[in-house]
Amino acid sequence: MQQRVKYYQTGTFTVGNRLLDEEKRTVQATKERNNSLTCGHRACQGCGEALGARFAIDAAMNAVNNKLIAVNATGCLEVFSTPYPESSWRIPWIHSLFGNAPAVATGVAAALRARGETKTRVIAQGGDGGTVDIGFGCLSGMFERNDDVLYICYDNEAYMNTGVQRSSRTPPGARTATTPPVGEHPGNSYNQGKNPALIAMAHNIPYVATASVADLHDLEDKVEKAMSISGARYVHIHVPCPLGWGAKPSNTIRLARLAIETGLFPLFEAEDGEIVDTTPIRKQQPVDEYLKLQRRFAHILKDPLALETIQAMADRNISRFNLVREMEVTNNG
Amino acid sequence: MDKPFAITLDIESSYSNHTGSWRTERPVYIDRLPPCNDACPAGENIQGWLHEAEEGKYENAWRILVRDNPMPGVHGRVCYHPCENACNRQQIDSAVSIHAVERFLGDQALKHGWKVEAGKDSGKKVAIIGAGPSGLSAAWHLRLMGHQVVIFEAGPMAGGMMRFGIPKYRLPREVLDEEISRICDLGVEIKLNSKIDDIPALMDEGFDAVFVAIGAHVARRTDIPARDAGTILDAVSVLQNVETGDTPPLLGRRVIVYGGGNTAFDTARTAKRLGASETMIVYRRNQEQMPAHDFEMHEAVDEGIMVRWLSTIKEIDDTSYKIEKMRLNDEGWPEPTGEFETIEADTLILALGQTTDSSFLEKLDGVEVERNGVVKVDESMMTGFPGVFAGGDMVPADRTVTTATGHGKLAARNIDAWMRGEKWQAGDRHEIAGFKHINPWYYTDAPKKLQPVLDIARRQSTFTEVVKGLDEDNALFEARRCLSCGNCFECDNCYGMCPDNSVIKLGPGKGFEFNYDFCKGCGLCAAECPCGAITMIKEPE
Repeated sequence: MQQRVKYYQTGTFTVGNRLLDEEKRTVQATKERNNSLTCGHRACQGCGEALGARFAIDAAMNAVNNKLIAVNATGCLEVFSTPYPESSWRIPWIHSLFGNAPAVATGVAAALRARGETKTRVIAQGGDGGTVDIGFGCLSGMFERNDDVLYICYDNEAYMNTGVQRSSRTPPGARTATTPPVGEHPGNSYNQGKNPALIAMAHNIPYVATASVADLHDLEDKVEKAMSISGARYVHIHVPCPLGWGAKPSNTIRLARLAIETGLFPLFEAEDGEIVDTTPIRKQQPVDEYLKLQRRFAHILKDPLALETIQAMADRNISRFNLVREMEVTNNG
Repeated sequence: MDKPFAITLDIESSYSNHTGSWRTERPVYIDRLPPCNDACPAGENIQGWLHEAEEGKYENAWRILVRDNPMPGVHGRVCYHPCENACNRQQIDSAVSIHAVERFLGDQALKHGWKVEAGKDSGKKVAIIGAGPSGLSAAWHLRLMGHQVVIFEAGPMAGGMMRFGIPKYRLPREVLDEEISRICDLGVEIKLNSKIDDIPALMDEGFDAVFVAIGAHVARRTDIPARDAGTILDAVSVLQNVETGDTPPLLGRRVIVYGGGNTAFDTARTAKRLGASETMIVYRRNQEQMPAHDFEMHEAVDEGIMVRWLSTIKEIDDTSYKIEKMRLNDEGWPEPTGEFETIEADTLILALGQTTDSSFLEKLDGVEVERNGVVKVDESMMTGFPGVFAGGDMVPADRTVTTATGHGKLAARNIDAWMRGEKWQAGDRHEIAGFKHINPWYYTDAPKKLQPVLDIARRQSTFTEVVKGLDEDNALFEARRCLSCGNCFECDNCYGMCPDNSVIKLGPGKGFEFNYDFCKGCGLCAAECPCGAITMIKEPE
């Protein structure tokens, strides 16, 4: 979290701020925001993904003058937003299969190009299962061809819609329906994990970023920047899931914030395969502050070795992305 | 083929799904009572005026301020700011410097000549006895309500203890004079050198009610065996003499001030400024127990005042003072130790507290006077004599300018109601916004701005104001350190962070509303509200 202005009560830490010029507030603070994902959807109480999707798509709509088509992979977001015969999308939106959203988006972009509609842009979006597991082949292809699509992954760290099964984004130690802590088994295994943002960077695509629902200014800036670039782009947004994580619905933002402040979810940006910026931690926290609010980690809270291992992961991120450093004020009002 | 290629769904068709039916709890907007407002003896809406000041709307801020307190320039300087002791920001870094912003607003008002209008003439007439903070405050509020007011002041100048108790270096007289004349401009007549002895006679002259606020000016004395006493003065008359006398009192080079209250420190600092090179405070208890405020002591020590804790004056022989050391017993009371020491001094000034001369009230039927002249009043500030109200230092309460000013407001409201044959009722007090209601993460790191202080050399020899005001940049900065405890300041967090788009933004100054058709009751808005202006309640059946 960056302090972008000095001394304006809450600065840019809140969604809006009456003391700031309007252009320094977020899109979400405006009365005119698009509400691309509108009410009546069936996401659970306190859904981080519903929030993340509205944040990102509203920012993208704002950046491209409302000329946008979204392609959606199967997953929570698709299911809760479009139970037949209702839709909560206020944008052109298409769903096809679980694993092919990047390929469908490639097709939409090609069709627009063929029709000469150069102003309309394409976003593909999905959860971590549809993106990092099932759709990963199509996604890699989309990157490799440098198709003019922004792919947004909403990462809630498991297959939540089908009943909380493990995905390759599920963190070590977490309990899911398929990784129950039984006997010696600690929940999800302590593996190396899979970091799709770093893999996307390995394709040398023009823009890759990670973002969080707990840092709205940063998220909107990244989406806006992504929409200003042509070619394949990837934004990975951390979206807590109260149901799957065993957390209070009111803790969604707090958890996303703690994931940043512990170092477990580093925020960074990369252009053409190189990291260009990382977001420093504002008030560093130990990992157990994050873990203890989630029942999926209840069984490891008294296991010092598990806590040490997870803290070591956080520490590695902190040193790798230089997350603990003097906060720079980027703009003084 | 005339069928659509795929299933199409109409835009906004989800509006038919009223997810509000899922709710077991609902969020509601509330105004909690900010702890500063709660602590203010004058009942100022501090959070309210800071809110305006945060936007640079200083005149609006001042107008909100003077609804409760007509003398912000004075209070910004001399109030002991209990508001800051209550401020929730102390738990983040340090309290908002509320007094410094109040002083800035007060000074802005004087600079720009901001005025308010008196209320529509009510045809009622109130006499006020005493032109101290309490009387002046009552006069202001009564004029705003449209009543005619005449203040009878026994002394030669208006201001009471603000003038005769607080030295110039803490309260420059231009500020005091201008704030008093703004009160007079509302149509308040002040009759100086007018001592009132007969209240019923005054009421016969056509006053519907009387507010007595004569303060506590009579110095308390003590008996010290003296063979051949040197100069012994009392603090009140020294301070008064400095104010009114053409020649300053002659104190000599070495001065002892006896007592541990704010008046003792003010007197010692005044003596220093009058040329006493060795000024010492002698107090029978220790530092923790002294009634003076810490800042007073620190400022005094900075100026070279010495303090002897746990010491009493046992005997006086001309310029020799026999001091006995004390120690605290198990109950914390000072006990003599039998150890003595002799100090030479030219003058002893007694600062042992003050009492009230309320003998003229004792004559009235029903008025109860306690020892030390303190007058009993009921919850409406009325004495036992109908229509005669009392407030300030002469009634049981903290003896501060701000408490007295608060009494003036309270008395004015009660007098107003009483003259109409009604009883004034205080509004319901909201729940206090505690630190537990605050989400401190959202506030930017903003260390307090310090007020510039006059250099020591000038403080030891002149009556120039010691503590300076904040400039506009710093005052604005301080105002923006306010957490706005318990009161919405339109940060848009609830609006932005609702996953169900169920917060309706009404626009600047109008706040927000919940759309209960779709609110699922997740509680994110309440959890992420920085200032605790949203609470979750059980869903009504």
